[in-house]
Amino acid sequence: MTELSRLRNFAIIAHIDHGKSTLADRMIQVCGGLSEREMRDQVLDSMELERERGITIKAQTVRLNYTAQDGHDYVLNMIDTPGHVDFSYEVSRSLKACEGSILLVDASQGVEAQTLANVYLALDHDHEMIPVLNKVDLPAAEPERIKEQIEEVIGLDASEALEISAKTGQGVTDVLEAIVRRLPAPKGEAQAPLQALVVDSWYDTYLGVVVLVRVMHGALKAGQKLRFMGTRAVHDATEVGIFSPSKKKVEALGPGEIGYVISGIKTIQDAKVGDTVTDERRQCARPLSGFQPSVPVVFCGLFPSDAADYEELRDSLGKLALNDASFQFEPEVSPALGFGFRCGFLGLLHLEIVQERLEREFDLDLITTAPSVVYKLTLTDGEQLELHNPVDMPEVTRIKTIEEPWIRATILVPDEHLGAVLKLCEERRGEQVDLTYAGSRAMVVYRLPLNEVVFDFYDRLKSVTRGYASFDYHLEGYREGDLVKLSILVNGDPVDALALVVHRSQAEARGRALCTKLKDLIPKQMFKIAIQAAIGGKVIARETVSALRKDVTAKCYGGDITRKRKLLEKQKAGKKRMRQFGNVEIPQSAFLAALKMGED
Amino acid sequence: MSRPSPADLPLPISERMSDTPGFGIYIHWPFCRAKCPYCDFNSHVREGIDQARWRAALRRELAHYASETTQPDAEPRTVTSVFFGGGTPSLMEPETTAALIEDVKTHWPTDASLEITLEANPTSVEADRFAAYAAAGVNRVSLGVQALDDAALAFLGRQHDTAEALAAVDLARRHFPRVSFDLIYARPGQTPEAWSAELRRALAEGCDHLSLYQLTIEENTVFHARARRGELPLADPEVAAGLFEATQETLAAAGLPAYEISNHARPGEESRHNLTYWRAGDYLGIGPGAHGRLTLDGTKYASRQHRAPEIWLQTVEQAGHATRARTAVGPSERLEELLLMGLRLTQGIPRAAFFRECAAAPEELLDMGRVRALAAEGFLELDEAGLRATAEGRQRLDSLLGYLL
Ligand SMILES: Nc1nc2c(ncn2[C@@H]2O[C@H](COP(=O)(O)OP(=O)(O)OP(=O)(O)O)[C@@H](O)[C@H]2O)c(=O)[nH]1
Ligand SMILES: C[S@@+](CC[C@H](N)C(=O)[O-])C[C@H]1O[C@@H](n2cnc3c(N)ncnc32)[C@H](O)[C@@H]1O
Ligand code: SF4
Ligand SMILES: [Mg+2]
Repeated sequence: MTELSRLRNFAIIAHIDHGKSTLADRMIQVCGGLSEREMRDQVLDSMELERERGITIKAQTVRLNYTAQDGHDYVLNMIDTPGHVDFSYEVSRSLKACEGSILLVDASQGVEAQTLANVYLALDHDHEMIPVLNKVDLPAAEPERIKEQIEEVIGLDASEALEISAKTGQGVTDVLEAIVRRLPAPKGEAQAPLQALVVDSWYDTYLGVVVLVRVMHGALKAGQKLRFMGTRAVHDATEVGIFSPSKKKVEALGPGEIGYVISGIKTIQDAKVGDTVTDERRQCARPLSGFQPSVPVVFCGLFPSDAADYEELRDSLGKLALNDASFQFEPEVSPALGFGFRCGFLGLLHLEIVQERLEREFDLDLITTAPSVVYKLTLTDGEQLELHNPVDMPEVTRIKTIEEPWIRATILVPDEHLGAVLKLCEERRGEQVDLTYAGSRAMVVYRLPLNEVVFDFYDRLKSVTRGYASFDYHLEGYREGDLVKLSILVNGDPVDALALVVHRSQAEARGRALCTKLKDLIPKQMFKIAIQAAIGGKVIARETVSALRKDVTAKCYGGDITRKRKLLEKQKAGKKRMRQFGNVEIPQSAFLAALKMGED
Repeated sequence: MSRPSPADLPLPISERMSDTPGFGIYIHWPFCRAKCPYCDFNSHVREGIDQARWRAALRRELAHYASETTQPDAEPRTVTSVFFGGGTPSLMEPETTAALIEDVKTHWPTDASLEITLEANPTSVEADRFAAYAAAGVNRVSLGVQALDDAALAFLGRQHDTAEALAAVDLARRHFPRVSFDLIYARPGQTPEAWSAELRRALAEGCDHLSLYQLTIEENTVFHARARRGELPLADPEVAAGLFEATQETLAAAGLPAYEISNHARPGEESRHNLTYWRAGDYLGIGPGAHGRLTLDGTKYASRQHRAPEIWLQTVEQAGHATRARTAVGPSERLEELLLMGLRLTQGIPRAAFFRECAAAPEELLDMGRVRALAAEGFLELDEAGLRATAEGRQRLDSLLGYLL
């Protein structure tokens, strides 16, 4: 157990790509947490997908041993958090385990939407914040200007902001010193009954459920009988330890410390994030306040390309959910796609990541249906229902009102692109709430219907601002809207996976755009393909994919039929990624891509 | 030397194009003078080939297979064709050719109209040997002319120019009763006008058989590497489709309709050996990398010989054969092979072939919903005679098969 005054807990927060994980690397190195050989860039981004995409998806905690200039040895618990808005839930629970934050800001890009969003989160948690300007090694870095921006936009005193380069290591020791000097030590009673917060939990094939906790009071030791106050479950602690970043057993975790406990728990549902752990024999008086569970905001159907893979898909979803409490799924049946699951996600990136993990780690071929938000319907007979899937939309005559979720979006954008952003928001039925300037940057706040955002809003925003805008949002509530169901028909058959709920004013444009996009995405085949968009029974747009003109291997290699068979096998494998609609095969990629369309 | 005409051949034409698949023997010669940048055949450039050793080894492997097919309880077979392919078999000493042909005739009864084809490259060196090959018994040559355009020949990395190739064709026609040649089209930048001019010139040579292949970029070739780097401007698929259609029309009008996707012949002049492949018949594959199909006791076996020339040679010298893999072809694979090969033919697949290969009628073997959908679109025909792809269907055969199987 560490003496409280020698302990500091902090999270690194920032906008995407501002260098959090790189700074974490440097701090691990300075503190000797990993050998030269074990080190690699963004070492905490250990999932294959994180490494490939160069982003952090899951927050990671590391204990560092640091000898400060005052001659004392300190224990620092560092949490590297993700920057993407879909994973802001990871940030907020990380903050709850710490007393302070390093607010990292890219010295050339400056304050962005997630910088702001994370600052507000940190303030909510009463965090002490140390502003740090990163990437000062870049020629485009303008630390002075960015400091002004921090003061103006965020209202944070930037006079003592540090200037560092996480890449070269310049200034990293200053950050460690500032953590020791400027962040408060945790408080807590060592003699009090155990009270610890479940910060995270995940499933490990070898260890079972690993629970990450922050001890508030008392001590957590192996052999203790633990009570999870929320779930009321009782488990024996078999092992207690920390990450440095490799897993290390310790005798005990004391007040203020962050570490893991293994206790024979089978599913993460039994170790709910936000729950309070106490000693069964000597219980604490009250549970901690915990946090709101994360709610999925985007839903879609996932179906196996091959119906025979249904069971496997169910098992795989179960395994994924073991490690991802914000991911939900329930069985669903579709006339065209057969048996599958309706799944809930935190956002489009989350959806994409889950889909990719299923395909990659579990080797499943999937059909993903159009992402949808949750609508609240009131029927003429007074019945109320939640609509997760556009396909389930009742007859128009039975519907009295449809309500849809709205968000409050904050967009930061350089002046010269402001016009384009305003236009985009207006097109998406947005309502301006606020527009302020900080230097040459504008901060716009809009209310927007979430369904206008889940499709291609990010992509559009990126393209109209050439990547210079940043975007953050949170849910605000439900509002009534004039919404209709848009169906896509292929050779006359409706394609469930492409059914959408859209605002009446946009139905025609979206239907037309979808048809055009599909025309490009569906490869030419043996048969001519008619693509139509319809509202109710009325066709509002149509396109035709002409039949393939020629596709034949010129040379048949002597007696080597095996070779021809290989081509056929390859075709068959390709077909598994297609979905049959009458005589038409639609590649899986078309479903998602069709929905990511821009107006261009 | 007078040129023999088809009429001089021992059997009437109709017999050669009969529906029976026949029994062929393929003999592979794996060496070439240079490796062409588009070619992924089992062909290698080697210095100082020991012709006598190779001759002995090929003869030994042939004898090995002969012993299998001529077991007392095996059904008697009559060889209908021999094909010397490559590589460049015209680099094989005529003595070797002669010895192998003699061996075939000793091991098996041969058909009265036995077709013996030799693939030859149209360079002057090889043309000098034509008389000797003819004397050895070769009665058909297939020349790799590839293009009638010097720039194109250089692009294809060939060892000959147009004049030399045409001289070889001319000489071949004086020595062999049947002469065919190959052209590769849909080359980068080739215009429809240029190709039709080339075709007219090819037809003017008066051969009764032509193989016209669209350039295919095969893996593990120089062209593939160049294409991947974006250095090879490939023919636009629409343009290639146009060239294919024009080729079909021009050749049909000239009396050499397509009897297979890329093969054209005056009726009766089809390559009997290749028909054996396309009709799912039995054939032996002798030499490095050669493939075979042999039905023994109702089970069809697929065989492949060792690919690497040197290993093949040593293995045959030690073990009498260099069979690398031999596997039974299962029922569903037999149906696949029958369709894969048979639908390439204009004639299609006779009903009898379905019974022979799969012991059932096509209606019982195929997804009839799909057959009907393809028929409705005019791609496929199923009737009393059998199953065939129409011209429109053949033009899209890869997709058609992908849909059907
Ligand atoms: N030049 C320069 N590049 C840096 C510096 N710090 C980070 N980078 C680069 O910035 C990119 C993003 O760095 P990360 O550390 O992955 O950023 P992050 O904030 O963890 O990103 P998310 O986890 O996705 O939010 C990487 O390419 C880093 O190499 C720096 O000080 N200087
Ligand atoms: C075994 S090969 C060559 C025979 C002989 N060695 C020659 O080159 O003349 C048979 C024929 O296949 C054709 N061919 C080979 N590779 C090809 C490719 N990549 N694309 C199209 N045709 C090809 C050529 O026309 C060639 O003549
Ligand atoms: S095309 Fe003919 S000559 Fe050229 S490498 Fe291939 S087999 Fe040899
Ligand atoms: Mg990161």
